[in-house]
Amino acid sequence: MDKEINYTESYFADDRVDGIEKVTGKAKFAAEHPLAEMAYAVFVCSTIPKGAIKNMVLYEARNAPGVLDIIYYLNCPTIPGHRPYDKDPNKKGFEWRGLKVFNDNIIYSNGQPIALVIADTLERAVYAASLVKAEYVTEDFITDFEKGKKDEALLKKAGDYKRGEADAYKTAAVFVEDEYTIPIETHNPMELHATTAVWEGDNKLTVYDKSQGPKGTQAELARNFGLDEKNVRVVTEYVGGAFGSALRSWPHVPAAVIAARKVKRPVKLVLTREQMFTMVGYRPHAWQKIAIGAGKDGKLVGISHHAISNTSTYEDFSEGIVGVSQFLYDCPNVNTSYKLLPLNINTPTWMRGPGPATGCFALECALDDLSYKLNIDPIELRLINYAEVHPASKLPWTSKFLKECYALGKEKIGWHNRAAIPGSLKENGMLVGYGMAGGVFGAGRGQAAAKGILKSDGSLVLQSAVSDMGPGTSTAMVTIGAELMGLPMNKIKFELGDTDLPPGPTQGGSGSTSAVGAAINAVCDSLKQTLKEMAIQQVPAFSTAKPEDVQYKKGMLFFKSDKTISISYTDLLQQSGKPEIEVIKDSARASAEAQKYAMHSFSVHFVKLQVHPVTGVIRLEHIVSTADAGKIITPKPARSQMVGGAVGGIGMALTEEVVIDHHFGRYVNSNFGDYHVPVNADTPIIDVLFADKPDPIINPMGSKGIGEIALVGVAPAIANAVYNATGKRVRELPITPDKLLS
Amino acid sequence: MEQEYKENCAGESRRDFLKKSTALAALATATPVLLKAAGNDEKIAGYFEKIPLQLEVNGKVHNLSVEPRVTLLDLLREQLNLTGTKKGCDHGQCGACTVHVDGRRINSCLSLAVMNEGKNVTTIEGLADGEKLHPMQESFIKHDGFQCGYCTPGQIMSAIACVKEGHANSVDEIREFMSGNICRCGAYPNIVDAIMEVKKGGQPL
Ligand code: FES
Ligand code: FES
Repeated sequence: MDKEINYTESYFADDRVDGIEKVTGKAKFAAEHPLAEMAYAVFVCSTIPKGAIKNMVLYEARNAPGVLDIIYYLNCPTIPGHRPYDKDPNKKGFEWRGLKVFNDNIIYSNGQPIALVIADTLERAVYAASLVKAEYVTEDFITDFEKGKKDEALLKKAGDYKRGEADAYKTAAVFVEDEYTIPIETHNPMELHATTAVWEGDNKLTVYDKSQGPKGTQAELARNFGLDEKNVRVVTEYVGGAFGSALRSWPHVPAAVIAARKVKRPVKLVLTREQMFTMVGYRPHAWQKIAIGAGKDGKLVGISHHAISNTSTYEDFSEGIVGVSQFLYDCPNVNTSYKLLPLNINTPTWMRGPGPATGCFALECALDDLSYKLNIDPIELRLINYAEVHPASKLPWTSKFLKECYALGKEKIGWHNRAAIPGSLKENGMLVGYGMAGGVFGAGRGQAAAKGILKSDGSLVLQSAVSDMGPGTSTAMVTIGAELMGLPMNKIKFELGDTDLPPGPTQGGSGSTSAVGAAINAVCDSLKQTLKEMAIQQVPAFSTAKPEDVQYKKGMLFFKSDKTISISYTDLLQQSGKPEIEVIKDSARASAEAQKYAMHSFSVHFVKLQVHPVTGVIRLEHIVSTADAGKIITPKPARSQMVGGAVGGIGMALTEEVVIDHHFGRYVNSNFGDYHVPVNADTPIIDVLFADKPDPIINPMGSKGIGEIALVGVAPAIANAVYNATGKRVRELPITPDKLLS
Repeated sequence: MEQEYKENCAGESRRDFLKKSTALAALATATPVLLKAAGNDEKIAGYFEKIPLQLEVNGKVHNLSVEPRVTLLDLLREQLNLTGTKKGCDHGQCGACTVHVDGRRINSCLSLAVMNEGKNVTTIEGLADGEKLHPMQESFIKHDGFQCGYCTPGQIMSAIACVKEGHANSVDEIREFMSGNICRCGAYPNIVDAIMEVKKGGQPL
């Protein structure tokens, strides 16, 4: 890669490249592709948590105006992926992961889709769906996490870990030992999950879907319906947020495809907000018990961290909750355990910062408690136990600028104003508290392919089949292309969200910029190489040169030894009669690097807040989020991503909680009026500071990842600030005023 | 297999009712054209369920025939193909569907289309003047007042109204009067900055 590249001195503005589409309403999301003869599908959902459908009453619905069909388990066509053993009982075919929609009459959870009504207008479909009645055989169920976790027989082991002595914390001079709980939290992106399916003939399918991974959805659908991948096209041009909920295909995706096949028309299926709570995953309910022991000098002696999180009864979902205790701080003795509790609710899934978001709540709050017991400043305590190498694998980090983050945040939040004694600082009758906590998430580089089409009119088209659910992947890719090719950003277009493009990764785990950026890097290198070779072959002045004698800079090719000999690449293409050149490049996964290094992004969040001493109402005043996310490619969207993570963390800390009525096994607050996500008035001043140091190993751009660490650590930072303000430690999220009063 | 034994006598379906009463009565007096169009029960039902509606959207007058149960939001999105206005909840709880009706911001999911007879609707598609963006749209881009962009049309429509209402005099006031618009991507501080700049700029909105 040419050395003239310097991302900090980017001379390009970093307005989002898709900003105009988004502010004018032109951006088309999954449910916004107008198609002739569109039919509308609406789910009917189960109203019991466990049992079986005894009878479905469809007469009225079938005869309602405009109804084209009603699909349910008795008339649903056989789907290869739903019954992988039917054809070939000896061999296991591809089996659809999770709930096989309309496959049988078994009910696993409340809100499970049991029928799909298809009509010629949305209103008619909604009305007809209201006429469908189901009768059930009900069975005993369990939706109560607190009750279930006490029953050992229900728990499934999901992995233990030990290094050094187990429970060594007990031997330490000082230790803390407590339990922490987080409730179910839902992603609830603003765009409702939606799938529009269109069949062209019997074997060709196009799907407009809300998906974080068009290639993944394509593969799932192709195998599920027994089609060739090349005959399944998935389009995800714009994705209205997802935060993990669109990492996999949920039952509505095949349901729309089945419906389109049956009615022989394009079918649009949009979930309702209520269905967004019960059909597309959530962050699981989790209980944790953590104990940390340290010497009087603050040096950690042992950490024991145990967790139980819920899954469904038809699928196991686990995440790395206790993993953070194994490597975030240097500690000789660590033991962890993790178990799953299957409940009669739908399957959870990865939600922003999956694993560490939950784990850091316990770890970072426990460390805070420990700091008061030791009478050591919480930042100091973390510095005392700073992990210079990965404490479990002993591998060096590819890069770690966490100390810089502590320093940046401490200064910005005004940490020196913090009172060491909880509840002792007051301003205008309000209790004032400061808190901090760290976050971490794995970094790396996944596999990706990209195509570049460099045109003689001076424009460049870059392509890869990824999604951009909001972080600004398109903007980052255009920025990388602009820097590498020395072209203005407005000459470059990044095309994405279509499986017809070269395969890109699923957008998740903060990995898009690294993987796709590396592929774009390879594409640009190859384009430059091709141009150099073309110049040598076709321009007489270059004919004696070898490729290494030719330099490419900002659209010009030079002779290295004699800069007066030059040609612009547009002239070169025109001269050689080629309107464009095209290259496709693959960039491999960073597997070899992962053998030699530990790869992580880090964050530290600082919070200043006020608590009303009588009502317990919490008012956030200031959040400072700092991060070591490697080199920052696009400062403006990167900052927004951090801000967004902090806002998500506010919800996790203070308001978000799915409530289940265990008499009926039903969610009672599945709407935005009752499930409280943060609104504008809940949001304080948020400052973002990046260490902004390139990682030398992970990818050519020097970037790591931002999406997850933006949220991981925010909730414990708030909890720690609440403790600092009030002296009350709330270990059960969300921290609502009632918990501060009791 | 399918046991539809509950074919109920207690409550006739709406179609059955129509067949027996209104529809038959209407058919008796209908013109031949109508009779031809109403070739089956669904079409008859459809014809009688729709009522005329005149509506101006982004300066264009539409003469429509819509069912009374169609919301303004669904009319815009599904019938007029103005998908810039978003559906986030359909319950008046998120603000994604915010449009201006006669200059006031409303949640279009909470308004039946037919309640807007003769009114003037402005959606996100009606803000820009050709290539020239509305100052609020420009300010949202400049301040990165969004990530995924799904809540954005609603935020922008709300933001313009917020300034016009005189509710954008301070950061706190903006936060309060923009709290009916949820942004799950959490772009709130940037949205406030974008509005503050437009307010200070004082351009006519
Ligand atoms: S869609 Fe109208 S307020 Fe949410
Ligand atoms: S920008 Fe994604 S919801 Fe607001």
